[in-house]
Amino acid sequence: MSDPSPPAILLRNLAREFRGRGTPLRALDGVSLEVAPGEIFGIVGRSGAGKSTLLRCVNLLERPDSGTVSVLGQEMTRLDDAALRSARRGIGMVFQHFNLLSARTVAGNIAFPLEIAGVPRAEREARVAELLPLVGLEARRDAYPAQLSGGQKQRVGIARALASRPRILLCDEATSALDPETTGEILALLRSLRDRLDLTVLLITHEMAVVKAICDRVAVMEAGRVIEQGRVFDVFTRPRHPTTRRFVAEVIGHVVPPGTLAQLPPPNPGEERRLLQVLFAGPSSTRAVVSEASRRFGLDLNIVSGRIDAIGAEPYGLMALAAYGPPPIVAEATAWMRGLGLDVSDIAPEGPEHAP
Amino acid sequence: MIPWLPPALTDLLIEATWQTLLMTFGGAVVAIVIGLPLALLLHTTGPEGLSPNGWLNRPLGLLVNAVRSTPFIILMVAIVPFTRLVAGTSIGTTAALVPLSLAATAFIIRLFENALREVDRGVIEAARAMGATRTQIMARVLVPEALPGLIAAITVTLVGLVGYSAMAGAIGGGGLGDLGIRFGYQRFMPEVMATVVAILILFVQGLQSLGDWLVRRFSRR
Repeated sequence: MSDPSPPAILLRNLAREFRGRGTPLRALDGVSLEVAPGEIFGIVGRSGAGKSTLLRCVNLLERPDSGTVSVLGQEMTRLDDAALRSARRGIGMVFQHFNLLSARTVAGNIAFPLEIAGVPRAEREARVAELLPLVGLEARRDAYPAQLSGGQKQRVGIARALASRPRILLCDEATSALDPETTGEILALLRSLRDRLDLTVLLITHEMAVVKAICDRVAVMEAGRVIEQGRVFDVFTRPRHPTTRRFVAEVIGHVVPPGTLAQLPPPNPGEERRLLQVLFAGPSSTRAVVSEASRRFGLDLNIVSGRIDAIGAEPYGLMALAAYGPPPIVAEATAWMRGLGLDVSDIAPEGPEHAP
Repeated sequence: MIPWLPPALTDLLIEATWQTLLMTFGGAVVAIVIGLPLALLLHTTGPEGLSPNGWLNRPLGLLVNAVRSTPFIILMVAIVPFTRLVAGTSIGTTAALVPLSLAATAFIIRLFENALREVDRGVIEAARAMGATRTQIMARVLVPEALPGLIAAITVTLVGLVGYSAMAGAIGGGGLGDLGIRFGYQRFMPEVMATVVAILILFVQGLQSLGDWLVRRFSRR
């Protein structure tokens, strides 16, 4: 059976170990990934999780000790030096610290990969003239990188990465050196470029917000392994691995500040006050769960906070509830809500009075 | 021409100035032409370089250090057979150019290497990711990015050569330093010594200012 659209990037069983002084470091410990054409795939993890090594394996800036790397059906790990160089021209790369040539102007930097590829001058200039408006830098054509802001430098980096019309774009923490507003602009730019230019984007980041903003699918890495992967919406609304939960909590978690907690009424004798986070996603999002639970179980349910947000085009609701009632009844009510397909979890209150 | 010097000495002074200029710039040209490729080789074969190669890197580094640690006056006489082979003679300004070039080359290699090391590794990685060859990385990334540092290294070498060339008198190389020793010191003519020193100060000052201006001109950071 032939697959109608082969993966844009296919990584099989990659392993890479760094031997320095002391114990060898397993940067990659059997990583396999598939990135489909046209998707924006995010790899998230703390520093040292191996994501940077993984990204560098795609264009073989880093050679894996074992495993295979295929890009657009071409097995990179088998190419000789010359073939590898020409394959690299079809893979753009954007860097955290931009890595622009300080001695060249904006136009000179964008033309650089074309110069490397031996493209004639007239053609290079025409391509630069096409790329400048694409990243909104027409006015800064002759500026040097030192005269640009961080966001502008990254726009140059992106234009440079796209100069030789690659179908794959690798982003190495492309927004991590930028302020939140500029980060938003660059992410929007990346997404619109993907849509217009039929690109496949593989990006690594340590910020879940970046994944939430533009990725279609995500893989979470820890200690050289992929511990969880899937559609961003699924991973965000139903994280399985504890590390993923911690990452997700950064973006859509509830932390009830101690001040708020002090203002909540204390429970009656024989009852408890349990803080719950309820996540609505999918068909039950619209059901009047709170009032129904209150009636059905005779509980007091105090809505502490609530909001509706979306990942991609899919909405989800998130609510923090304070449930008052006898402990067995509260447990029954949470089980009932879970039965409806809601994601119910206890909120760990922040603050010294609740420290274990 | 120079009122406080006898006319014959004025001619000698002009000749000596030319000899110093020849030794300084001649030595520097050879040092740049031979030194830059060797510095690139040393940089790329280094442990952090583009293609690490200890078998090339270590002997080359050792040779550079050996030349640098030999006092110039000793180097000059120690390589006389080599000088005779290259220049056809072992005395005179042309002959002095051989040890001067050798010493300046060893000197400038280390300075060039330092300048190349200042180039951001990320920029080199970006060039590799674009599919650049090693030669392209050297010619289009390393050298242009390190240019201000390379110019500063050339300036330092030129100034060093002015000092070295003063010793060239030991093998009949002539030059301002030699004139200062023979007339100013050995014949008790302080006015000659003062004139020589004044010319050397002006010369070095000019070199330094020119070098600094060029560094600023090419610095885009």
